[in-house]
Amino acid sequence: MRKLAALAALLTVPLIACSANTTGTATTGTTSASPGKDSTAVGFIFVGPKDDFGYNQAAYQGSQEVAKAYPNLEVITAENVPEDDNAARVMNSMIAKGAKIIFATSYGHLDAALKVAAEHPDVAVVQQGNLITTAVPKNAGTFFGTVYEPVYLAGIAAGKATKSGKLGYVYAFPITQTIDNINAFELGAQSVNPAAQTFAVSTSSWCDPAKQAEAAANLLKQGVDVITQHQDCTATVIKATEAAGAFTVGYHADASAIAPKGWLTGSQWNWGPLYTDIVKTALGGGFTGSKYNDNFRVGYRTGENPFVQSPYGPLVDAETKAAIEKARDLLKTSSPFAGPVTDQEGKVRIPAGTVPDYTTIEKIDYFVAGVVGTLPKS
Amino acid sequence: MSDLVVDVLTGAVRGGTAIMFAALGETLAERAGVVNLGTEGSMLVGALAGYAVAAETGTPWAGLAAGLVAGGLLALVHAVMVVWRRADQFATGLTVMFLGLGLTSLFGAAYVGRAAPGFDPVAVPLLSDLPVLGEVLFHHDPVTYLSFAAAPLMWWWLRGTRGGLLLRTAGERADVLHVHGYRPGLIRGAAVVAGGALAGVGGAQLATAYAHAWFEGMTAGRGFIAVALVIFAVWRPLWVMAGSYLFGAALALAPALQARGLSLNQFALDALPFLITLAILAILGRRTLRAAPEELRRVFT
Repeated sequence: MRKLAALAALLTVPLIACSANTTGTATTGTTSASPGKDSTAVGFIFVGPKDDFGYNQAAYQGSQEVAKAYPNLEVITAENVPEDDNAARVMNSMIAKGAKIIFATSYGHLDAALKVAAEHPDVAVVQQGNLITTAVPKNAGTFFGTVYEPVYLAGIAAGKATKSGKLGYVYAFPITQTIDNINAFELGAQSVNPAAQTFAVSTSSWCDPAKQAEAAANLLKQGVDVITQHQDCTATVIKATEAAGAFTVGYHADASAIAPKGWLTGSQWNWGPLYTDIVKTALGGGFTGSKYNDNFRVGYRTGENPFVQSPYGPLVDAETKAAIEKARDLLKTSSPFAGPVTDQEGKVRIPAGTVPDYTTIEKIDYFVAGVVGTLPKS
Repeated sequence: MSDLVVDVLTGAVRGGTAIMFAALGETLAERAGVVNLGTEGSMLVGALAGYAVAAETGTPWAGLAAGLVAGGLLALVHAVMVVWRRADQFATGLTVMFLGLGLTSLFGAAYVGRAAPGFDPVAVPLLSDLPVLGEVLFHHDPVTYLSFAAAPLMWWWLRGTRGGLLLRTAGERADVLHVHGYRPGLIRGAAVVAGGALAGVGGAQLATAYAHAWFEGMTAGRGFIAVALVIFAVWRPLWVMAGSYLFGAALALAPALQARGLSLNQFALDALPFLITLAILAILGRRTLRAAPEELRRVFT
């Protein structure tokens, strides 16, 4: 149904895009200037609504911080932009309005973003969360934080809190971001509770509350007593968990208000500083060759992670907090995936003593030992 | 293993209830001779109205009533267009569905992520202690208990009452009603509105009892499943009930297996409900059309 909603929203888009195409091609050949320099506007496209209390809302808030930092720039936003060629049309319409810096904020926007970048060498196009696997064009790049780091820390809280030793993870699709999160959660839990297991259940949708309810009900029935998730809308799973007297680890936002008893901690976004810095770099004419003209990843090891840990709930004890503090310090030089990391079959995938880099971690396509569940094979 | 079966059956009731309300509503409309593809829209407005009114008043029952009214009001648009303006039923139904989708994403934004009281499961004394059945049937929310009575009531009403006879006649031989001084249009309109109201109750159940949340497009096609279900249940309320639970079971199988760490092809599991629907429609083939109310057959052919 979100697709239908997007479709409905789209009925309006081709109208805008038609006018955009002409202006767009007109500007194409004219410049050899640095991409994004002299931009009078910044465009942001989101795959969902800006008020979903999740991924898209966080990205939208980041865009508003750019607006605050640069009052002279027009910040153009578009919601419910599908992950197909229509995204390119929406981006072209923004370029027609003077935007030379474009943020394509969903994983599936990458193809359209690269297409737009190729058509407009003077526009800097950055994509959030995916990886450019070919040569990176001079005016494009991807960026992301290492979300699995705060998820690892939250896993520590889960490992300490569980009584049954069973943790639950409700996820949507087996993309690398999600696989990394599930693995990191389990590894964090294991680091303080070697017997802890994570049961992974997929819903095959970013937001289907009824499927989420069914997933949570089944996990709770199996004796899981801490549940976390990777979904765009999060309330259903949290409420079911709280009603069953189990613990919640959040994702996307601080939802402790709907889980006053069972809230442990979670991970949430803070995009503002990173967005603003990307805009600053592009406006200054230094985009090409900068760290953002690449697959830019930032984590505890390299700087200010746009993913931060959510506040603690009332039942997290001092010992757990201390363990998390210690782990966070360790992550400044290490990684949740520091070897040895073993997969479900017992095969060592990352040897002892190795600290994998961010790109390697984003290519992990297996569950680690301790995760219960099978990755869907295509 | 037996506990897997119990979990899937419990999940079938949990997930099938909203679909059943919508499919029973569609049954009413179709038995009177009108196809309402706007059922998905009625479920959506029912879900939002149910959740929003529960949030504002603090009473989930008020929300359920609001869901009923909202679902009925949206179906009224379909009724007016189709019965009085004689517009094409399929085109109008789809438009009404998009209207519901648009209205709810417009007015629903304020309720995304907002807390609201809902219906919680209540174990029925004594009955809930029964082996297997107790867990499958008697550990649900009050709206689900109401739903147990809905299909048998509709079966009885259609078969055994004057109102039911009039409705069926509107769907089979509208001319007969004319001859006897009734207005078939009025009966059809009422059936469509009542059907939409039932779909609205289904939507409200989904939001306030099952998911405990409102989210744009949250019915995720369940209203369309309901329409397909009515056809493969050959327009009979009790078969609609069984079909809803079959669908619920197909939806419940994937999470029940996964929570046990059992591996099965996820894509096959996701497709299962639709494969089942297609298989049944294929097996029934033309037989469904023969069982269709006569006036409805005119719409289809």
